[in-house]
Amino acid sequence: MLDRDEDIMKAAEDWQKAGRGVALATVVETWGSAPRPAGSSLVINDEGTFLGSVSGGCVEGAVVTEAMDVIESGKPKMLEFGVADETAWNVGLSCGGTIRVFVEKVG
Amino acid sequence: MKLAILHELNAERAARRPVILVTDTESGEQRLVKAKDFAKDPLRAELEKQLRAGKSANVEAGGKKLFLNVYAPTAKLVIIGAVHISQALAPLARSLGYDVTVIDPRTAFASPERFPDIPLIAEWPDTALPPLNVDAYTGFVAVTHDPKIDDPALLHAFERNCFYIGALGSRKTHAKRGDRLRAQGAKESDIARIHAPIGLAIGAVSPAEIAVAIMAEITAVLRLPPKEREEAA
Repeated sequence: MLDRDEDIMKAAEDWQKAGRGVALATVVETWGSAPRPAGSSLVINDEGTFLGSVSGGCVEGAVVTEAMDVIESGKPKMLEFGVADETAWNVGLSCGGTIRVFVEKVG
Repeated sequence: MKLAILHELNAERAARRPVILVTDTESGEQRLVKAKDFAKDPLRAELEKQLRAGKSANVEAGGKKLFLNVYAPTAKLVIIGAVHISQALAPLARSLGYDVTVIDPRTAFASPERFPDIPLIAEWPDTALPPLNVDAYTGFVAVTHDPKIDDPALLHAFERNCFYIGALGSRKTHAKRGDRLRAQGAKESDIARIHAPIGLAIGAVSPAEIAVAIMAEITAVLRLPPKEREEAA
């Protein structure tokens, strides 16, 4: 794992302690050529600020939107992105892979 | 993720101790398992396998779908000797993801011109090593061929339980090194840990090829289970 991931988990803790609503999105499964391996994560706060990456930029926008719901509801969500997905034209992975992303609230 | 788990995860990572976060991806339930607690865990085999590979993965256990997120410290490589082999070894190790440091008290060898962009310490091992926090996630190679420099460094590597310790030299040179280290109080089990002659036997001739042989051996020690490791390295 990279040091960058460490900064992500540190940011998650720091933001939560500073009183922000925080969600963590983690790649839990990949098929085909996915840009980021399982375990890669993205931390998002309720201001929409985020750090890290789950796809190298392809689906981050959608993940951030879903993360806002998770911060609100407190319930974890599993998201799936890929070219076979009906949203492919909007947020599909151009590389042809599929990824599953687990989004959970921190705290 | 509960804040307590996140806090513990960050504390373990700061201390360079490996952990695996186990998440039930349906319920969201989580627990953090420290490497020292793997042996008594019901998922022991899976945890050990994933940590060795340094890879996160999904497993099914007791009808639950679990995601094992591996947090392993970045491996370090300490190279004693700013010699020709090290000039090939340092960038190769870095490309494999290691945090590399080169140590050599001889300033003619330890010059930034010879090691562009590589952290370089032109000090004796006794001075250079203590601040580096050499640990069990550190590979350690001694390649100066000079006992005054290599020997004290190797004693430090034993003490810090480095996952890999290698030293340059033929079998004959290594036998003499063993005698010297024994005289300085090294245990037989410590001396047996030194990989010497260093590197996998791939017929390496040039410094760059020797660097490949060394990194192949270090990779085998890091990634293979003990039995297969013996066959390879």
